[in-house]
Amino acid sequence: MTDQTEGYSAAAEVGQFRTRRTWRQRAWIELKKAPPTAIFGLIVIAGYIFVALFAPLLAPYGEAEVFPQSYAPWSAEHPLGTDQIGRDILTRLIYGARNTIGLAFLTTLLAFFIGVSLGLIAAINRSWLDQVISRGVDVLMAIPSLIFALMLLSIFGSSALSLILIIAVLDSTRVFRLTRSVAVGVAVMDYVEAATLRGEGLGWVMRREILPNIMPPLVAEFGLRFCFVFLTIAALSFLGVGIQPPTADWGTMVRETANLIQFARFDLKAGLTPLLPAAAIALLTVAVNFVVDWFLHKTSGLRDEH
Amino acid sequence: MNTELSEVTGSEANPAPKPQDTPLLEIRGLKIEGFADEKWNPIIKGVDLTLHKGEVLGLIGESGAGKSTLGLAAMGFARAGVRFAGGSVTFDGMDLLKMPERKRRKLWGTRMTYVAQSAAASFNPAHRLIEQTVAAAVREGLKSESEAIADAKDLYAQLQLPDPEHIGSRYPHQVSGGQLQRVMTAMAMSPRPDLIVFDEPTTALDVTTQVEVLMSMRKIVEEFDTAAIYITHDLAVVAQMADRIKVLRYGEEVEEAETREMLAHPKQDYTKSLWSVRSLRKEADPSEDVVLRAEGIDAAYGNKVQVLHDVSIDLPRGRTVAIVGESGSGKSTMAKVITGLLPPVRGEISFEGETLPPKLKDRSKEQLRRIQMIYQMADTAMNPRQTVGEIIGRPLTFYHGLKGKALEKRVVELLEQIELDEGFYDRLPGELSGGQKQRICIARALAADPDVILCDEVTSALDQIVQEGILKLLMRLQKEKGIAYLFITHDIATVEAIADEIVVMYQGRVVEQGLKDRILSPPHPDYTELLLSSVPEMDPDWLTHLMEERGPHPS
Repeated sequence: MTDQTEGYSAAAEVGQFRTRRTWRQRAWIELKKAPPTAIFGLIVIAGYIFVALFAPLLAPYGEAEVFPQSYAPWSAEHPLGTDQIGRDILTRLIYGARNTIGLAFLTTLLAFFIGVSLGLIAAINRSWLDQVISRGVDVLMAIPSLIFALMLLSIFGSSALSLILIIAVLDSTRVFRLTRSVAVGVAVMDYVEAATLRGEGLGWVMRREILPNIMPPLVAEFGLRFCFVFLTIAALSFLGVGIQPPTADWGTMVRETANLIQFARFDLKAGLTPLLPAAAIALLTVAVNFVVDWFLHKTSGLRDEH
Repeated sequence: MNTELSEVTGSEANPAPKPQDTPLLEIRGLKIEGFADEKWNPIIKGVDLTLHKGEVLGLIGESGAGKSTLGLAAMGFARAGVRFAGGSVTFDGMDLLKMPERKRRKLWGTRMTYVAQSAAASFNPAHRLIEQTVAAAVREGLKSESEAIADAKDLYAQLQLPDPEHIGSRYPHQVSGGQLQRVMTAMAMSPRPDLIVFDEPTTALDVTTQVEVLMSMRKIVEEFDTAAIYITHDLAVVAQMADRIKVLRYGEEVEEAETREMLAHPKQDYTKSLWSVRSLRKEADPSEDVVLRAEGIDAAYGNKVQVLHDVSIDLPRGRTVAIVGESGSGKSTMAKVITGLLPPVRGEISFEGETLPPKLKDRSKEQLRRIQMIYQMADTAMNPRQTVGEIIGRPLTFYHGLKGKALEKRVVELLEQIELDEGFYDRLPGELSGGQKQRICIARALAADPDVILCDEVTSALDQIVQEGILKLLMRLQKEKGIAYLFITHDIATVEAIADEIVVMYQGRVVEQGLKDRILSPPHPDYTELLLSSVPEMDPDWLTHLMEERGPHPS
């Protein structure tokens, strides 16, 4: 405050006219402006999470509890009937949310951990290491992932652990590509150079300088990737190498009750049964996509017309 | 070509506007609002503007004053997120604001054209220059394509572009920034518009290029008797171009007058303060106590392109050495070599008498701490996701191990040293003005408690009044803490203000070095002479005299 010539003061210089808000306030403002599709998506996702978390409280019976009557019709006792060995369909749908979503979520997290770390390293390093990782990823991506996953699962056996690891590694290739391409643009910024000049290590530059600045595309990708993982798990389960019985899972449920479709002409409700887990999968996929769309629109910088 | 040039250079620099009854452009009580933070905020608060045919109006003011918004509004255009809230814009008897956009679109690019600040960002990289130059005129059927191309080549020649017959067949990335800016002027001129809006066309260019572009633009505007609005924050530049000057601040007019009148007798305090900015000057103070020495540096990018040839620079303790030169002269490369980002091919850097390891990763934390760097673009030098407290606090934690309360206290102290206050602690870089951002960058460098700070064009992106504040701050800090600055710049006014010694660089070689007073007084080597004579002065006849002196263009 020593030189105040001509009434000029650095602190009084106008910045951009904007008031400071906490992220809570900002989130609330965004939420109020969200389109109906995004609200719908958010509500559906919240519903699924609720069901997944409180499955034991919500489900009328135990996950693998077997009743005498198999393929029972819809009734008061079994609102959605029973399956081929007499397990309550509603119960298994509820537990299925927990298993399928939980597993998909863990897998996506792991895929992101691998893909983002390698992507950031490649973007910062840009030398032979970048080449090695990138070409390795190209090789993995050249093989159709479902067939590759099927092959690996039949080699290593389909436990939940190998399922998570294999799908995570295969999906991390996509995450790697995205991370690398957006991080390359950030890695050349002056503030990254400034951190390097300060003597900061790779970890700091990755986590504190680059990662926060590439979050929006990564978050959007997380949503989409989650859908893909989730569909892959369902597909693998449908093929019989995914989640193994007696653990309830929507993909497996579709396969096990698929025969009931033939009974649709005798009992419409029975015909609907195999479609229920499929509908659960579809609804969640649509909901996640709605939210991701909204989020992408927000972060793409496109202005709404006023 | 030579005869044409002499005709123009011989003409009066700032011909008085011709008296005419109806103005070409008339803006009355214009109000413009921008949408931010969930509400409409006023950007232009009722400005009047009158422009006659063949007249050049200079619009000046600091950033955020609404200059560009007003310039675009004169064409009846509002950027996305900006709307007209009142007033009228009358162009040749037509009210642009009441006209449907379809009709305005017909006028844009034909009767009114626009020359943007960043030519590089305004050309389509996929098309040849000539196609883009003639596009508007051909589209609107003003000329046949062959006529337009012949005319464009003629314009290229008048704008002193090298090889005017063939330069048009190049792509935008194949010509230099100054050339691109001139091609853009040719593009604006091609349909022979009634009005051209120049939006800071030379701000991104270095002085030697700026002069060439200014000469070309003035010549062509005079020749075709085109009305122009010239937007800039550089007074010396506007003094060369404009017949009248309008000063804007906070979206309001401060004053308007004929250029000569305005330069000689500014009325408002604000205008006077703009005028007084260039008077900052520091007495050179020689010293032999060298803290940083670079000896015989050769540097190259990759294995082929050698950028520096045998460069030696001494930086005395507590003094400022300015490296001057145009872009591409190797100034910034020198900074990279000193910081260790680009290990030199030959030569060595010594600090306090000890040789520094050439590579960054071999240097100790202590060595890194003592040499800090401040960047040209404060925007990109700060992580947009970190608060001011985090940005300044990190070097304190990293080098000095400060934590918790002690850290907070030190950050606030640093904020006070750079003339800001505690209130900035939690702000993000996006919530600061340009000058404030640069101050935060200075505080970050100070936090390390360095002996040497490399300043890479730290004031080039700022308005003059803000520049002055930053330079004063740097000088005060030098006095208080005995920090040595290696100041990289292309702006001679800055050098005069802050330097003790000057190093003039050209094409990777040192042309001349020594104490400021000796370098700035004649006799000069050719290049220094060119550089010094290219710095615009606050004299409306400066460019005219310079054009006469330099004669036919050295292309």
